[in-house]
Amino acid sequence: MSLLDFFRTTRPSSASVAKERLQILVAHEHSQRKTAPSYLPKLQKELLAVISKYVQINPDDMRVNLEQNDHEEILELSISLPDEKQEKPHKKSTPTHRRRG
Amino acid sequence: MTRTIVITSGKGGVGKTTTSASFSMGLAKSGHKTAVIDFDVGLRNLDLILGCERRVVYDFVNVINEEANLNQALIRDKRCDNLFILPASQTRDKDALSIEGVGKVIDELKQDFDYIVCDSPAGIEKGAMLAMYYADDAIIVTNPEVSSVRDSDRMLGILSSKSRRSEQNEEPISEYLLLTRYDPSRVKKGDMLSVEDVQEILSMDLLGVIPESQDILNASNAGEPVILQGKTNAAQAYQDVVDRYLGEDVPQRFINQKGFLGRLFGG
Repeated sequence: MSLLDFFRTTRPSSASVAKERLQILVAHEHSQRKTAPSYLPKLQKELLAVISKYVQINPDDMRVNLEQNDHEEILELSISLPDEKQEKPHKKSTPTHRRRG
Repeated sequence: MTRTIVITSGKGGVGKTTTSASFSMGLAKSGHKTAVIDFDVGLRNLDLILGCERRVVYDFVNVINEEANLNQALIRDKRCDNLFILPASQTRDKDALSIEGVGKVIDELKQDFDYIVCDSPAGIEKGAMLAMYYADDAIIVTNPEVSSVRDSDRMLGILSSKSRRSEQNEEPISEYLLLTRYDPSRVKKGDMLSVEDVQEILSMDLLGVIPESQDILNASNAGEPVILQGKTNAAQAYQDVVDRYLGEDVPQRFINQKGFLGRLFGG
């Protein structure tokens, strides 16, 4: 810390820094607490199992999210399907298949 | 109607056992028959703070396992006839406490006592979960320090979702903030979160503030709850807390005005 910094009166106190950090953290944790009911991980797992019966997907390509507004809850399910490119060009399809096999 | 109160915090070392000892002694001194239960199985300490460590014969787990009856395990305090201590077991068996076993003991205590004070262990493991499960009121012991405040907030979330009252859709547990190890001079310098800061972050009702004090260590050294050391600030602060809990309108003491620097330059 330079001498100049020492005299700068606008330097926030450590307590106010702590307060700000905590307020942000608590707000974030509260929003997570609300949007992530305890059944969500299990729901995601079971959905994944069902989808896997029909399409091969990577578990990371699936997102389950519950959003809460003032008067409604939205269950958002986003799945990115593997691209079908492998069926069209011959060159690219072979290595992809090999990697999977 | 018996009230069951949990003294909890999430974080360790913030003053739960010190508070349990003084708070239960205060209730007992006010004429209410009070039982205080140590839920810290494996790390029993309430007996030491209350100075009855050499009188422990049976413990909480013995009662749950029906190896002893409640009256055999309860230790009557030598300084106050209204106070009874149910010590924790020193077993290392994590599953020694069960929800049914704890419920049974609390139900039995309810027939005889006005207040049941549950001294929770730190953390959010089984002992802590069971200490708060049957509570009607919760005193959240918090230090004006970031990790303690965060853990208290986490505890509030658990109280509102994992307690018997929440599971049965009853009126929620009443939550009270108790700020301990408070140092008004550091608050004034802007080095420490103020009462108002902590209240604002946690949005809770303030039960009281216990100032940082040498007397608390002296009291635990002697095995005497600090509330009995009448002249000290800590004793008076705890007495205020008890009176306030019992419905008296006691003004807050031991809080100086909010830090001048903090107010001027606070983000």
